[in-house]
Order: sequence, then C-alpha cells, then structure tokens
Amino acid sequence: MTTSGRGRAANGSDEPGDLTPITAPVTLHVNAGEHRLTVDTRSTLLDVLRERLDLTGSKKGCDHGQCGACTVLLDGRRVNSCLVLAVAVRGRAVTTIEGLGGPDSLHPMQRAFLEEDGFQCGYCTPGQICSAVGMLDEAARGWPSAVTDQHGSSSGGDEGAGGDEGAGGDEDPGIPLDRAEIAERMSGNLCRCGAYVNIVTAIERVARGAGSPSGGPVP
Amino acid sequence: MRPFDYRLAEDTGSAGVPTDGTILAGGTNLVDLMKLGVLQPATLVDITSLPLDFVQEEPGGGLRIGATVRNSELAAHPAVRERFPVLSQALLAGASGQLRNLATTGGNLLQRTRCPYFQDVTKPCNKRRPGTGCPARDGDHRNLAVLGASPQCIATHPSDMAVALRALDARVQARTPNGQVDLGLDELLMLPGDHPEAETTLPAGSLITSVTVPALPPGCRSVYRKVRDRASYAFALVSVAAVVALDADGCIGQVRLAFGGVAPRPWRASAAERRLIGAPASAEAFRAAVRTELAAAEPLPRNAFKVSMLNELVVTVLAELTGTGAGGA
Repeated sequence: MTTSGRGRAANGSDEPGDLTPITAPVTLHVNAGEHRLTVDTRSTLLDVLRERLDLTGSKKGCDHGQCGACTVLLDGRRVNSCLVLAVAVRGRAVTTIEGLGGPDSLHPMQRAFLEEDGFQCGYCTPGQICSAVGMLDEAARGWPSAVTDQHGSSSGGDEGAGGDEGAGGDEDPGIPLDRAEIAERMSGNLCRCGAYVNIVTAIERVARGAGSPSGGPVP
Repeated sequence: MRPFDYRLAEDTGSAGVPTDGTILAGGTNLVDLMKLGVLQPATLVDITSLPLDFVQEEPGGGLRIGATVRNSELAAHPAVRERFPVLSQALLAGASGQLRNLATTGGNLLQRTRCPYFQDVTKPCNKRRPGTGCPARDGDHRNLAVLGASPQCIATHPSDMAVALRALDARVQARTPNGQVDLGLDELLMLPGDHPEAETTLPAGSLITSVTVPALPPGCRSVYRKVRDRASYAFALVSVAAVVALDADGCIGQVRLAFGGVAPRPWRASAAERRLIGAPASAEAFRAAVRTELAAAEPLPRNAFKVSMLNELVVTVLAELTGTGAGGA
C-alpha cells in the first residue's frame, strides 16, 4: 500500500501547511460487490459507503463512535464505520443494511423491527438492525456481556465460563438472551425517539426464533 | 482533518516502527482525536497486519496477550474468563459491543484521556499544548482525578481494562529503538507532574507487542466493579479491580486493589493492601484500609463525591469477595 500526493515534511508540525489530499487505492468488498476506488486517506468507511457507493442506509449520527447509527458488519462483526478508515478495511467483507435485505427480501431482523414497531423516526434503525444481527452472532458463540454472570450464581467467582444452564441444546454454547442481556449488548446504539422497548422486543423475537430448532418461538 | 500518509506495517522482527509514524490499530480513539484536530499525524502505520493477534497460555497458568487482540475476543477468551474474571469483566464494562470489536489490547492501554479540555482544541490544555494552562481546576472537573494529579493536569486515564491489568501485576512488552523492554503498568504510564504531555516512558518509534498476565496465587477470587452515570456505555466515575484470597484463619492472605476513574493512570492501592494483609475480613478493617489509601486524595469541589463513592465501593467489593458482606457472594 502506498499513498500518493505531494511530499510533506513528516514532522507533524502545527503549520497550516499543505492541505492537498493524499490518496490511496483500495478495494472494498461491500454486500457481495467489489469496488476498486481511489480514496482520500482521511475518508472513513462510512463516508465512502454513503458518498461514493450511494449506500445511504448507514447513517451519520455523531461521527464519533458514540451513537451507533453508522454500525455495519466487518467480516460479520459489528463496528462503528465512522471510526474505520476506508484505506484500512483492505480485504474484509463489509455488510450494510442494504446487504442484509431489501423490500422484497427482508432479513428476519428487519421484519421483526417492522412487526414490533421498533422505531419511530427511523434514523438509528439501520445501525440498530446491523448491530442486532452482529450481537446475536456474538451471543450464539458464547461471548459474555457485562450482565451475563450476574444471572448465574457465581457472580465474580472463579467459575467464569461453563456453568451455562444448557438452554435446550446439548452442545449449544450460546448465551440465552433475556431483555437485560439485549439491553446491555445493544447499549452502543442510541435512539433519541426512545423506541427502546420495542427494539428489545423485536430483537428478542428473532433471538427466540434463532434459538429454536423448529424456527418457532420457545418459551 | 489534516491529510496523512497511510501504510501497512511490515514485520520487522525486533525493530519498532518508523519514528515519524503514528501507530493505527483499532483506531477508535486515534481516528476520533484526528477528527477533533487534537492529533495531526503525518503518517499512520497500520499494525493490524502484524502477527500480534494471539492469546498464548504460558507455563504456570499465565497468559501472553498479543497487542492487536480485540477487546471483545479477549473478554470472551475461555482462559481469561476462567482464570482472570476481573479482566474479562473490566473489558465488558468498557465501551460498546461495536467499539470492543475494533479496540485492541495495546491501543486500550495507550488511549488518551477524555478530559473535555484535552479534547477541545479551542481551550487551553497543558497536556495538548504544554504551558497553556489547565482550565479544568476551576471548570468542568467532575470526572477528573482525585489521586496522583498535579497543578498542571488533573486528567484521568479512561481505561477499564488497564485497571484490571494493574491489579493482576501485568507487564507490557514493547520494541523500542533502544531494544526490547518489559514494563509494569506504573513503569509504562507516567504521572503528569510538570510534564503532563509526556504520558508514557516509550520513546518515539516504539511498538507494544504483548501484555503478560502472571497466574494468580491459589484461592484468589477477583472482580471488577464500576460506577457510572448510566447503566452501560459510559466511562467510570470510580471503579475497582480487586483480587483477594483468605488464609487458613480467615484473614486476608492475598489482596490487590486497583482503582479506575480517579487518577492519571490505574491507581494501585498499595497503602490499603499493606493494611489489609493479615487483617481480619471485617468491614472495620476494610474501611480503615481504604481510608489510609484515600488520605492522599486531593479532590476538587465538583469531584469530591468520588472519594466517598470509591470508599463505599471498595468496602462493598471486599465484603463480597470475602463472603463477609450482607448479601455477599
């Protein structure tokens, strides 16, 4: 990887100096499509998605990693795309809300948000949905949250892992998601309309469906 | 944001990184500070391609954690959860799921203070621009330091993970232009003194490569507890990482305490530990020990609450860990 632009003294001085953009080639894999672009090294993944690839589902809320509206999946992991430099994405697969599903092929999480009325203005919704999809995968792999061990009997104890109550499956390492778990795991996504109650319900609905062998709800 | 060059770090063996480069790992703090104009690096060197994404089990039960291991992966690692619950809990108490998926071990240690004056380039700040002054003392210092600060700077270190690592006697390995170093956290992170702009002892061109966590003595229990303004996704007002084991007589046999949210670096409560060793596991002993430690506190009008809050938190955590508290573990 090399960048191009004009030369500049590499002393990081505070001189106003030369503000000529420095660019670099990058290949982005977004929603099963490949895009070869030349980007300003300062461009965030969020800005490239929105301004260059016309994928405006991902939203710019705070632009400082505090609100979660820009959440996308990078190799399946949820991240704040406003804090990821596009040049640093390299070969990783980017999935945005447009890649999860569209009007004719809704992702189960999108459908659940509609059916449970999980939004009001809708601005935070794409980030909420991408975050929820990534979060369910984390829980399925047994990743704990800050409230996971509070449910068990060994709070702060030496038992740590294991000791799961085996929610149905034999070898299922997944962590059951009640409303407290969902709220904690989704705390990086803010909703200024305050649609949290129904957001949690929508995610709970998908979590139960995914956790059931038949695909239906489990008690 | 100022234009900058970007390049991938090459595996240089024992060497560090070019001295003109600023290291980019997860970027969660660096990119934000660049947007704010606080940092204006000429060159970013992306180290996520280096082979530093590993968690190795060491002989004797310790762990060696690579510098680019993501916070989320580390928190979920079975050996971390089983042997060092305090570390897993501290990681999960910090930031959000999205941020933990980006943030790395090395970057977490080297993240910068969230002092509002440091982050605002229109304000004076001795840490950002030495000699310009510190408006925090007479201004918004509600979440700033009560221990270890100086007249020049009262910033706090924002990490939760580092507080747990301090209690675990973790050590940091780095490549520097002068060779390899192996540092305790108090040897890596500096108190502000007269030079708050100097935060670490690492020279330019250094690269943190790993963090080692030694095994805990048998019988130790550990916990991380954090108090904040909302239930999740907020920096600590105060926090404590505690490791305790009782001896055969039910007295305190082993104890390590580190405080977060109250000092320019994770604060190891050595004075309290000395008072506790051999003491009975009682609320009176806990209170006396914490009082000894916090005698050094120098609170300001709007953060004085941290002293009593930390006092109550530590006493509660010690009672729970030793099974002596009402409704304890």
